[in-house]
Amino acid sequence: MADIHHKEIDEISGVETTGHEWDGLKELNNPLPKWWLYLFYACIVWAIGYWVVYPSWPLISGYTHGVFGDSQRADAIATYDKAIADRSHLGDQLVNASFDEILSTPALLEFALANGQAAFGDNCAPCHGSGGTGAVGYPNLQDDSWIWGGTLDDIQTTLLYGIRSGNDDARIAEMPAFGKDELLTKEEIDQVANFVASKAGLEPEAGVDLAAGETVFTDNCAACHGEDLKGIQDTGAPSLLSANYLYGKSLKAIKAQVNSPRHGVMPAWVGRLDPATIKSLAVYVHSFGGGQ
Amino acid sequence: MAQTKARFISLEEGFFAAFLVALAFACLIIAGKTYDQVMAFHTGIGALAAAVSVFVIFKSYFDSDGMPIPQEIDGKPNYNMGPVKFGAVAAMFWGIAGFTVGLIIASQLAFPALNFDLPWTNFGRMRPLHTSAVIFAFGGNVLLATSMYVVQRTSRARMPGKVLPWFVIIGYNVFIVIAGTGYLLGVTESKEYAEPEWYADLWLTIVWVAYLFLFLGTIWKRKEPHIYVANWFYLAFIVTIAMLHLVNNATVPVSVFGTKSYIVWSGVQDAMVQWWYGHNAVGFFLTAGFLAIMYYFVPKRADRPVYSYRLSIVHFWALIFIYIWAGPHHLHYTALPQWASTLGATFSIILWMPSWGGMINGLMTLSGAWDKLRTDPVLRMMVVSVAFYGMSTFEGPLMSIRSVNSLSHYTDWTIGHVHSGALGWVGYISFGALYCLIPWLWNKRGLYSLKLVDWHFWLSTIGIVLYICSMWVSGIMQGLMWRAYDQLGFLEYSFIETVEAMHPFYIIRALGGALFVTGALIMAYNLWMTVRHGEAEEAEATAAGSLAAAE
Repeated sequence: MADIHHKEIDEISGVETTGHEWDGLKELNNPLPKWWLYLFYACIVWAIGYWVVYPSWPLISGYTHGVFGDSQRADAIATYDKAIADRSHLGDQLVNASFDEILSTPALLEFALANGQAAFGDNCAPCHGSGGTGAVGYPNLQDDSWIWGGTLDDIQTTLLYGIRSGNDDARIAEMPAFGKDELLTKEEIDQVANFVASKAGLEPEAGVDLAAGETVFTDNCAACHGEDLKGIQDTGAPSLLSANYLYGKSLKAIKAQVNSPRHGVMPAWVGRLDPATIKSLAVYVHSFGGGQ
Repeated sequence: MAQTKARFISLEEGFFAAFLVALAFACLIIAGKTYDQVMAFHTGIGALAAAVSVFVIFKSYFDSDGMPIPQEIDGKPNYNMGPVKFGAVAAMFWGIAGFTVGLIIASQLAFPALNFDLPWTNFGRMRPLHTSAVIFAFGGNVLLATSMYVVQRTSRARMPGKVLPWFVIIGYNVFIVIAGTGYLLGVTESKEYAEPEWYADLWLTIVWVAYLFLFLGTIWKRKEPHIYVANWFYLAFIVTIAMLHLVNNATVPVSVFGTKSYIVWSGVQDAMVQWWYGHNAVGFFLTAGFLAIMYYFVPKRADRPVYSYRLSIVHFWALIFIYIWAGPHHLHYTALPQWASTLGATFSIILWMPSWGGMINGLMTLSGAWDKLRTDPVLRMMVVSVAFYGMSTFEGPLMSIRSVNSLSHYTDWTIGHVHSGALGWVGYISFGALYCLIPWLWNKRGLYSLKLVDWHFWLSTIGIVLYICSMWVSGIMQGLMWRAYDQLGFLEYSFIETVEAMHPFYIIRALGGALFVTGALIMAYNLWMTVRHGEAEEAEATAAGSLAAAE
């Protein structure tokens, strides 16, 4: 086939072509650029060196471990263990200290707040908000209205076992579905909702018998929420005089809740976060300002 | 009349007609028995497309009185450019659709309200729509159209078959429609860049094998003694994509009447197969295929010979041999064994020079023609494309090193890297090829407006720079924030704080995307005007000649 090769010299570069031509396209017969070739070799040499040092090639059973027996898995475990060990000095003290001791020891308090802030951002903020201000369905942690108690111990218990979490020690309260389960008539629900609204600083609807509402409240609600509507933390019944309602503060929301209440869930963190972190979270949440 | 006596319908036409009739019936049966609305919709599309195709096959047979198509006219090859035109137009259409969806999801990341709380418009469905539309619909049609053009021209032979080329290009676009509508309706195999479900995969396999036959058939018929370098790259792309597609999509449908299927691979094996596929989709679809485009269109447009034949051989074989090993670098620091991850990283480093071989050959082809960059924005676009190729094939090996990857992995840096390759390299070389191809296909003297190409070039270049710079900053910042510890050993930032910090860069990125889309719209207008109002190549000469004669 040599006869069809019409090698020629390209005028501009002075380089010979290969003599092939396709649709007017030709190829110059330039050699491989030296720097390109040497860099290519250098990369190959580097790779071979890497294979000698690190685990790289599979064998029939197993693989080459490299001359230093490097293992990224072992490295990662060692790094993790070291990080935990570095923290454990203060962490162990924190677990063994009472809350009073923590609050009165600056080093422990600083550690607890730093730990709490880091843990709060990734574990609690998705529901309670970055600053713990809450949202509809997720309690505000900054105010002084606490459904299950706002002392450090109360907060720690809630953190450990959660609310309706399925944990054996979880905090559990279940408000009856007064409307859905026909425990109250629609008229009674309207009356009691308006009564609560009037006490909570909302405008009740005109023409609703508030006195009848109060009777309904005393007979059905006071046992948990208290005669004074201030709630009873042991039963997990929130104060109805609070500035914030968990499921919205409006007459409509109150009626909806009496009719068919929603029961939010907070997970139990015991076993998911270490004891020092849970304790730190209690201190951190308590420090928001609403702690009791 | 004896001369035009109708022949019998050809074996090819008969085969396709019978196959499509069978397909139409199969689709109808599934549509009738399925419990799955999307399956009913897709088999409906399939039945309709197959039935219309059968009608067209017969109509074309009767219209042509059954005369075979001449392979040559006046001693010149009678190239089959219809499917090429179809592919070029489809590429422009899907390109704009894909870029626009990209802009939408970029805006969704900056402003999540733009998800509109609707299932069809949420990020999870729109993201695969974007990636598939730009890679497979836009890029795929560019590759199909240019490969059909280039292999014919450089082989001096007409593509084999009458129905086959049309089956390939239309069949491929039917696959695109099925895949894209499937994503929006929530049908997905959940494999990145391979989301279409089993029936779409099966259809693509058929089309792809037909494409391989078409390509090989043209090479088989060639009148040139040698096979041009662009065709080596096209062939590597076609063969390897077939292999990747089959292995990665090995799946078991729950029922032939439903869309859902389960991948046979599981756990880390699935991850490895996925990234063996994913990385080589980059290597063989987005690199080898588009290098083929470069090897034809750059020397053609620059009117210069390819810089080095030897370099093209060495970097071709090096690229083919080494790319296939590099996939595990996508899985550093995961359940993948360390040895696999080391191998992937080292082969990625070795790959650096083979990749740059293409860049050198592209850029050095310009030697003696650099002055054309001043006057020809199309050539400038292709040269900048090759420069972006060089940049991202340096950045890739860099990011494959484990210690660099521990910072860059899962961050926006990866997104920026991908887009310097996708917008810069793949996008620009495709734009350049289409700007060349459209006037050639429609026999126009040149483009409607080079000024508009200039606008396209500058707008989209600014867009790309905004895009990749914002993602570098955002990605590296994100990586550093994730690994920042305070002096007591606790994480400095919560995840949401890192998301918040990225917001301004997401806006800059969306702005860059908007400029890129604007450029593409200008291009579409320019190409449309070229086809409609461009000066005809030969007709003009003839008209002038006849006018002179009349005088």
